[in-house]
Amino acid sequence: MQTIQYREALREAMQEEMRRDDRVFLMGEEVAQYNGAYKVSQGMLDEFGPRRIVDSPISETGFSGLGIGAAMYGLRPIIEFMSWSFCLVAADQIINNAPKMLYMSGGQFGCPAVFRGNNGAGGQLGSTHSWCVESMFSSVPGLKVAIPSTPRDAKGLLKTAIRDEDPVFNLESERMLGLGARGDKDFSRYIKDTWAPPTVKEDEDFTIPFGVADIKKPGKDVTIVAAGRPVHFALDAAEELEKEGIDCEVIDPRTYRPLDIDTIVKSVRKTNYCVVVDQSWPFASVGAEVAAQVYEHAMDDLDNKVIRVNNDDIPAPYNRTLEQEMLPNTKKIIDAVRAATYNT
Amino acid sequence: MTPGKPTGYTPGPDPGNDQGTSMTSATTEDTVKPTASENPPTPKLVDMLYQMMLIRRFEERTMQAYQQAKIGGFCHIYIGQEATAVGAVSALKDDDPIITAYRDHGHALARGMHPNYCMAEMYGKVTGCAKGKGGSMHMFDKPHHMYGGHAIVGGQCPLGVGLAFATQYEKKNNVTVCFFGDGAINQGAFHEAMNLAAIWNLPILFVVENNGYSMGTAINRGTAAADNLGAKAAAYGMRYAECDGMDVLDTYKVFKREGDLSRGSTSDQLGLEQNGGGPCFINAKTYRYQGHSMSDPQKYRSKDEVNDKKDKDCINTLVGHLIENKLATQEQIDELDKKAKQVSRDAIKYAEESPDLPMSEKFTDIYANPYGPPFVKGGLPKMITDNNSGE
Repeated sequence: MQTIQYREALREAMQEEMRRDDRVFLMGEEVAQYNGAYKVSQGMLDEFGPRRIVDSPISETGFSGLGIGAAMYGLRPIIEFMSWSFCLVAADQIINNAPKMLYMSGGQFGCPAVFRGNNGAGGQLGSTHSWCVESMFSSVPGLKVAIPSTPRDAKGLLKTAIRDEDPVFNLESERMLGLGARGDKDFSRYIKDTWAPPTVKEDEDFTIPFGVADIKKPGKDVTIVAAGRPVHFALDAAEELEKEGIDCEVIDPRTYRPLDIDTIVKSVRKTNYCVVVDQSWPFASVGAEVAAQVYEHAMDDLDNKVIRVNNDDIPAPYNRTLEQEMLPNTKKIIDAVRAATYNT
Repeated sequence: MTPGKPTGYTPGPDPGNDQGTSMTSATTEDTVKPTASENPPTPKLVDMLYQMMLIRRFEERTMQAYQQAKIGGFCHIYIGQEATAVGAVSALKDDDPIITAYRDHGHALARGMHPNYCMAEMYGKVTGCAKGKGGSMHMFDKPHHMYGGHAIVGGQCPLGVGLAFATQYEKKNNVTVCFFGDGAINQGAFHEAMNLAAIWNLPILFVVENNGYSMGTAINRGTAAADNLGAKAAAYGMRYAECDGMDVLDTYKVFKREGDLSRGSTSDQLGLEQNGGGPCFINAKTYRYQGHSMSDPQKYRSKDEVNDKKDKDCINTLVGHLIENKLATQEQIDELDKKAKQVSRDAIKYAEESPDLPMSEKFTDIYANPYGPPFVKGGLPKMITDNNSGE
């Protein structure tokens, strides 16, 4: 097994796609000379030069719009947001122009651009820097939204995103970038074998298609749906619950748009219980959408209501204890599974 | 509705068109006289006149169709500003990208979009340039390098920068022209676009079609240093030029000069040898005769003000120039106008007779790689398939 960090997997994906397609370039704040604010793009300026690894000023509206214009012309931009929290100042570009260009032009001009960066709370960054954008943006037709939880998924999904003809939002996590740095200690044993992407030798053209959920842990008693960082909370919860004799199946949709509801429903039909974990706020969230679709497709197979675990409905606090308590953390998932399966 | 001048060329309004604007020859003092060598050759001049006449007659028909509720939504008429789009586009290479805001019919026609597709788009017909999915504010024409009409004020400025970045990235010898109204210069997107273009020496002309009003707000009420827009360019270390956007010869001259300076510019920051004049901000001083949109009662300006501007009408000015310098005869000019009227009538007929957008197009063109139901891949608009089949 490769020991590879999540950030290295993202880098490998970009490097490989840039080597195979000259139209791909990376632009964002500090991506070049600084080697990436989070070192995702470390060494890429040296390899690809300043034409293709471009430091932009702090100007999200400007450079995200630039990416869309360049994509209309035929290039394949990767636009890095240091944090998805900063994308909000570029809302008109990324949720008006990017997803609607193909439609408004009657199919003439698309937007084959990738927007990627850190998503989610957990580093005591306060309310404005802790956005989880999946619920807002998964609602927009024309966008695709990927949210990888492991280095394997990070690499496979980002390569697919770069090749895709449509605008893709890749939601990464500052809290996951270093996962894998200390061997297997910081991730669950359940995904030990599927933690890393295949090496180039093993699979020189490794990609992961959108809209295909991954069963991160098979189980028979309850279905837990989680994507992105909460996958790790869910796996930790599953480990604890195993001791109580509850065998959880953890399903990671990997992309919220498209959503692989079939795999989720199939699991629910088997387990008859469902917990949906989602790191955004509960109201009108992706978790609410998953729950609604589970009801639509598997109402008769459910032996209890679907229980949702979200970020609490509050702005992210700075205080460390309170912030950890706000997240859809392991403890909340354990409680939810116990409740869902009448084990309270 | 426009009183014709008592002398000179005064064709009546198009029959059955109560919105008709008359075209009169300009008086001598209205005629700008650039040096002959800077003017385009006569056939091109005559074509530029035709382009302006076409836009005017087309827009008269647009207003009529709007009043008959054949066209819906917001509809922004280009009458009065024709010289800006025609002068600018005439000075460009065919593959220089252009992008504009929502008052975009004139740019589409000037770029070569067939009026049929333009009118059909406004009718929401499947034969429109965007299959009737975009409407008046979204004229796109890929074969003619027209990257759209865009409906959020200033939102197209960063896109224009992206087009310029892309031509530089691909080492093409092009210049992008990014049009916007004077309202856009108060938007953040405009300033971010100007800054990026300046730091990367991008080959782009930012063109404010300065008609004096952002909807009903006069420019000096909404824009700091409104009488010194050069300051905006200076703030970014960028070239600045002004043109009389109601004089197609002056507009052509300025766009030719600035376009040539900017075209093919490259930046050492992007790993290339620093070359070319980089971006330029052009203030095209123009005027719209009609309201901001079709629903504008125009209480914010006087009829006298509008009539004063009509005295400097771009079509009359060029007609005057052609007649005075014996570059065209009255008969030729009458013929051009007749043709413009006919083509515009034909566009209405085409739009009227075209099939509506079928429900089968409901879920097309949302994804280029649709991931499954309900989404399906769309076909290209008729405008493109017609051209490809040699029609």
